[in-house]
Amino acid sequence: MTAPEAGDQVHTATVTLTVNGESRALEVDTRTSLLDLLREHLGLTGSKKGCDHGQCGACTVLIGGRRANACLALAVAHDGAEVTTVEGLADGDALHPLQDAFIRYDAFQCGYCTPGQLCSAAGMLTEGGPSAVTADLTGDPALTPGEIRERMSGNLCRCGAYVNIVRAVTAVSTAGTEP
Amino acid sequence: MTTRHPPGSPGSAAVEFLRPRSLSQALAAKAELQDALPIAGGTDVMVEINFGKRRPAALLDLTGVRELRGWQRDGALLRVGSGVTYTRLEAELAGLLPGLAMAARTVGSPQIRNRGTIGGNLGAASPAGDCHPVLLAAGAAVEAGSVRGARLIPADAFFLGPKRSALADDELITAVLVPPAPGPQQFAKVGTRNAMVIAVCSFALELRPGAGVGTGIGSAGPTPLRARDAEDFLAAELAGSGLWESREPLPGAVARRFGELAAAAARPVDDVRGSAAYRRHALSVLARRALGWAWDSYRKEGHLCG
Ligand SMILES: Cc1cc2nc3c(=O)[nH]c(=O)nc-3n(C[C@H](O)[C@H](O)[C@H](O)COP(=O)(O)OP(=O)(O)OC[C@H]3O[C@@H](n4cnc5c(N)ncnc54)[C@H](O)[C@@H]3O)c2cc1C
Ligand code: FES
Ligand code: FES
Repeated sequence: MTAPEAGDQVHTATVTLTVNGESRALEVDTRTSLLDLLREHLGLTGSKKGCDHGQCGACTVLIGGRRANACLALAVAHDGAEVTTVEGLADGDALHPLQDAFIRYDAFQCGYCTPGQLCSAAGMLTEGGPSAVTADLTGDPALTPGEIRERMSGNLCRCGAYVNIVRAVTAVSTAGTEP
Repeated sequence: MTTRHPPGSPGSAAVEFLRPRSLSQALAAKAELQDALPIAGGTDVMVEINFGKRRPAALLDLTGVRELRGWQRDGALLRVGSGVTYTRLEAELAGLLPGLAMAARTVGSPQIRNRGTIGGNLGAASPAGDCHPVLLAAGAAVEAGSVRGARLIPADAFFLGPKRSALADDELITAVLVPPAPGPQQFAKVGTRNAMVIAVCSFALELRPGAGVGTGIGSAGPTPLRARDAEDFLAAELAGSGLWESREPLPGAVARRFGELAAAAARPVDDVRGSAAYRRHALSVLARRALGWAWDSYRKEGHLCG
């Protein structure tokens, strides 16, 4: 972290993050969101800014393997964090199974929500745990379409591609190819 | 422009961003810079920052404070650190604090639940905060820490008004102290859909077999509140009719009266999410149903025990 210049109104700090496996050190305004850091400082524009207040999920990334809205993450509070964005899902030219399934099952139209949907689905498959649609509080229920919909409820799609998103996620989860 | 550091963390941050590494550093920083805005999950704070509603002079990042992130038994109570997320409440405390786990799973979206904390919910002190009714019903206390020491604020004395709490300017919420559920707990909320809704109104209930009942109402007044008349009425009915021992079905009239008294405790206002009359009606239904579910599980437990 650096001290601000005397009289400077913009206060900056240095933050070091691992983004898609690469260590990045940046100096940013202390009020910068992780989303702006990714898009404006690192040029990773896959994560989208749909609402900037946690409601649409277009900015979803994985922080330490768990889903988070990058717009609600304060960049400088994430010193040392491991962040995965949609750009980091594929393995070189080999698409992530979810990316492949989204294409096969037509799980998008305009594609605006897709990066967030993909990161959310990737996180969902590893996070587990019952959601509000399952009565039992303690089990780890099967990924029924209802369960997938609930666990993906933080991601909106203006084009209404939900049906095929659920199909694509189901295909990957039943193929046992989750990341 | 002065530059200050959280005591004991050499050269870490400018005045605007403090990242304490221990509770004592965090409390010292809060004492020194009382207008520093704490940030935990950031799910409330960042909305205000992104939309320029708030330009705090300083941000006090609590995510590096390990002491706030865990929960453990503390004598007869559970001590849940303020930094425990909704996801963890659901995954780790569903057995000991089912009401809190039920409330946690209705919050926002999975993304919000992975980040948002119980301490942040209390810190925001919104009348709609989903932890609040449960904490009221469970007779929880909020632990406020400062360099002056720690004090316990009963949940029903914590909320003073919309977004106003009993926390002093130099204090941080360090934990919530709550007894493990002594009997069935329930949380029910009315919203327009499952996730991503702020409650139109909500109701929490705890049965304390042989000892009484606790209640909490959310989103139906300037603060979350208890339905004391409903609590007293039900406790007297259950004790007076020997229902704790007999585990007989609850008379319909008792459940209805309980719902009416719960609704009467509310002080709802009309707003975009619902009219006052609708909220009162919804609350009487929620309270009656919550009682039905809780009593059913009490009767089933009795079955299991023999
Ligand atoms: C899309 C969306 C949906 C939401 N849905 C719900 C919902 O369904 N139910 C619900 O109850 N809430 C909801 N919220 C609100 C929010 O997620 C919760 O209130 C959450 O618990 C806040 O926790 P946080 O850790 O993110 O808090 P932060 O944003 O970090 O902080 C919130 C407030 O508490 C203060 N604070 C944080 N920690 C402490 C501490 N230890 N001591 C003192 N003060 C502290 C902060 O200064 C701030 O004023 C939603 C928010 C969003 C963006
Ligand atoms: S941009 Fe973050 S949730 Fe909409
Ligand atoms: S595909 Fe257009 S918003 Fe989802």
